[in-house]
Amino acid sequence: MQSKVKKQNAAKRAENKTARWLAAPGLILIGIFTIIPISLALTLGFTNAQLLAPTNPDFTGLNNFKTLLGVSAVTLHAAKQPDGTCAVDENGEIAYEPLRPLTRDNSPRKDLRGKSEVKRIFANAEKCSVLVVVAGDPVFWRSLTNTFFFALIVVPVQAGLALILALLVNQRLRGRNFFRTVYFIPTLSSMVVISMLWRFMYQQDGLFNKSISNFMPGYAPIDWLGNPKTAMPAIVVLSIWQAVGYHMIIWLGGLQTIPAELYEAVRMDGANKWDEFKHVTIPGLRHTFVFILITITIAALGLFVQINVLTQGGPLDSTSTLVFQSFTRGYQRQEIGYGSAISFVFFILVLVIALIQRSMTKRLDT
Amino acid sequence: MKSKWRISLTAAVVAVGLLAPITVSAANAAPVEIPLWTHNGGNKAELADVNLVVKDFNASQSKYKVTVKAFPQINYNDAIVASAAANRLPCIMDTDAPVVPSWVYAGYLSPLTVDKKITNKLQTSVKGSYGGKLYSAGFYDAAIALLARKSTIADAGLRTPTVAKPWTLAEFNDALAKAKASGKFDYALSLGTGWDGEWYPYGFSPLLQSFGGDLIDRKGLKTAEGVLNGTAGVAWGKWFQNIFTSGLAPKKETADQRDNGFITGKIAYQWNGSWAAASAAEKLGDDFIALPPPNLGTKAYIGGGSWQWAVSSSCANKAGANAWLQFALQTKYLTKFADDLFNLPITPDATKASKIFGPGSKYSEFATFSATFALIRPATPAYPVIAKIYETATKDIINGADVQKTLDGAVDQINKNLKDNYYYVKKK
Repeated sequence: MQSKVKKQNAAKRAENKTARWLAAPGLILIGIFTIIPISLALTLGFTNAQLLAPTNPDFTGLNNFKTLLGVSAVTLHAAKQPDGTCAVDENGEIAYEPLRPLTRDNSPRKDLRGKSEVKRIFANAEKCSVLVVVAGDPVFWRSLTNTFFFALIVVPVQAGLALILALLVNQRLRGRNFFRTVYFIPTLSSMVVISMLWRFMYQQDGLFNKSISNFMPGYAPIDWLGNPKTAMPAIVVLSIWQAVGYHMIIWLGGLQTIPAELYEAVRMDGANKWDEFKHVTIPGLRHTFVFILITITIAALGLFVQINVLTQGGPLDSTSTLVFQSFTRGYQRQEIGYGSAISFVFFILVLVIALIQRSMTKRLDT
Repeated sequence: MKSKWRISLTAAVVAVGLLAPITVSAANAAPVEIPLWTHNGGNKAELADVNLVVKDFNASQSKYKVTVKAFPQINYNDAIVASAAANRLPCIMDTDAPVVPSWVYAGYLSPLTVDKKITNKLQTSVKGSYGGKLYSAGFYDAAIALLARKSTIADAGLRTPTVAKPWTLAEFNDALAKAKASGKFDYALSLGTGWDGEWYPYGFSPLLQSFGGDLIDRKGLKTAEGVLNGTAGVAWGKWFQNIFTSGLAPKKETADQRDNGFITGKIAYQWNGSWAAASAAEKLGDDFIALPPPNLGTKAYIGGGSWQWAVSSSCANKAGANAWLQFALQTKYLTKFADDLFNLPITPDATKASKIFGPGSKYSEFATFSATFALIRPATPAYPVIAKIYETATKDIINGADVQKTLDGAVDQINKNLKDNYYYVKKK
């Protein structure tokens, strides 16, 4: 009896040893090409490393993160005139004291040095004062909100549209393979190529403007990518158009795993099309839903190629995103330490969002 | 029978091909190979001229053999930076003028040892100096001018500006307003906003400098405060912004507007380089005129410095690399680079010999512009960073951002970068 256990243990140990040997090549490759580079990149965020500098970088602790995330506020005053109103400048606006002396590198307020104005709030006519919010890197905050705006629109719209397309091409129609291919083609093309093509269509004399002005004679052409109000929506449309085919295929895969007997059964129970969809299709797609939600979210938060090709983050930072900022600072401006700090923050954000989504969808998945 | 003959012939050719280098190298010591990289992989005419100089040099002596590798311009700087990181730089490479100090600072380049008698004759704008040493020399320069039609100026009743007396700010504004009011053009001015990147500092910082501002305080190169965001800088920003907000120029030109807007008569004036003059002159004939840059306050300026040649610090045969550069700086080649490629000659002898830019020839005014108005971009290792910050700020100004705030923000970013890099003084 005892010897049998011993034998078993020995066999198990030998098996474990073999398993370790078999796993080793994969683990080593992941270590060299994924784990080491990622940890190096994250470490760089705590240094002042410059891309071309001949000198070794210094550890600067949390400096990069303080600049990146630092936000303060300062109250500015305007002179109060004898009649009780605040002094105004030549444009008729209240003449507050200038902010610049407080944000310069020799400012008496150390916490404001190098910061830039984001917004003026709480103007007080009584005291002739206004509260100015300043940030160490206003473009980062702008990029953060842009990225979330993009994700908030793209995730539901793209997932929903992909589902509608999948339902359409899942029917027994003639030529459905043709439609499946057509919807899938944009996914196969490179995003760079698609962006270049859409740039021409978005131009002031491009396809969209020409088509609209054909129907509406008085229409003034919009420079879709050159206007801060329309640039991000234009990128949203193009991005959804490119990626919707991919998620259509995944939905389609999900649809085809739903057993036909279930549909037959509900039909025998007298269900209509809507009931069929609500009680068979949707529950049958819950695994696919979780997968699609997480992949679209991560892809949307990583928005970069379209921005780099089409707008370079402009006009007026209206299309700047986190990954684009990390690229601009780390590579184009050679401030690789700072760029890595942005990546670090981005990494944490995506991780947190993915974990929240995972815990929220866990119920669905079981 | 016939096919057999062909096979044996092929075999013979291959055999000779294999043996030939061996026999040659056995006969006399093999020449030392000197690799050369150039950015003009996409520019056939320029590459042909580089190849010609290399061929002539290799034939002129037996010690060195220069070998050419051409890259597309868009990837060129990346290739250099990547191979520098891997310690595999070529011996000779061309560099974009304003990047030279940055590459010197990074330790990529070694000072040139070309005969001073030769380099002294070169126009200042094609010499890349840093820390009192010469690191690069160019074969040519380019010049920006205000391309126009004689008829536009005559119809508007304007004075034709000259090198001695360029248009003033008021005259330039007047010219643009009249072009717009004439109703003949979509836009009064094309500023090249269809380009990105280095065009912004190259094309627009001379306008800023003409107002009296600059990218950085050139004394000491330690701050941009009061220079980029001072009164003159803000005046430039407001004027520049107004050109776009009042519809005188397109905010973001399409490729068609940029390349054809002026020559097809949809845009009245174009702020563009000498490289665009040939096609404009061909299309417009005698009506074409290249006007000197306007004087917007202090003095008229255009950017100086184009592609230049440098020797890497890791080069095993610096003497050979310098010998090639010295050989290439002969008047006949400089003239050829100018005339073949429509670039400006950069020595008095080459200018005299040039058929296009020589005294009394069709485009002689460009050479005068370059010699009179050229100002090189600030020679600091921070330049590539400053250029990017300035590009972003200028784009924001074009799109209607508050000028003072935008320039203040740009100054903060430039100064922070300088400080983070210990003002680019190498620490021990």
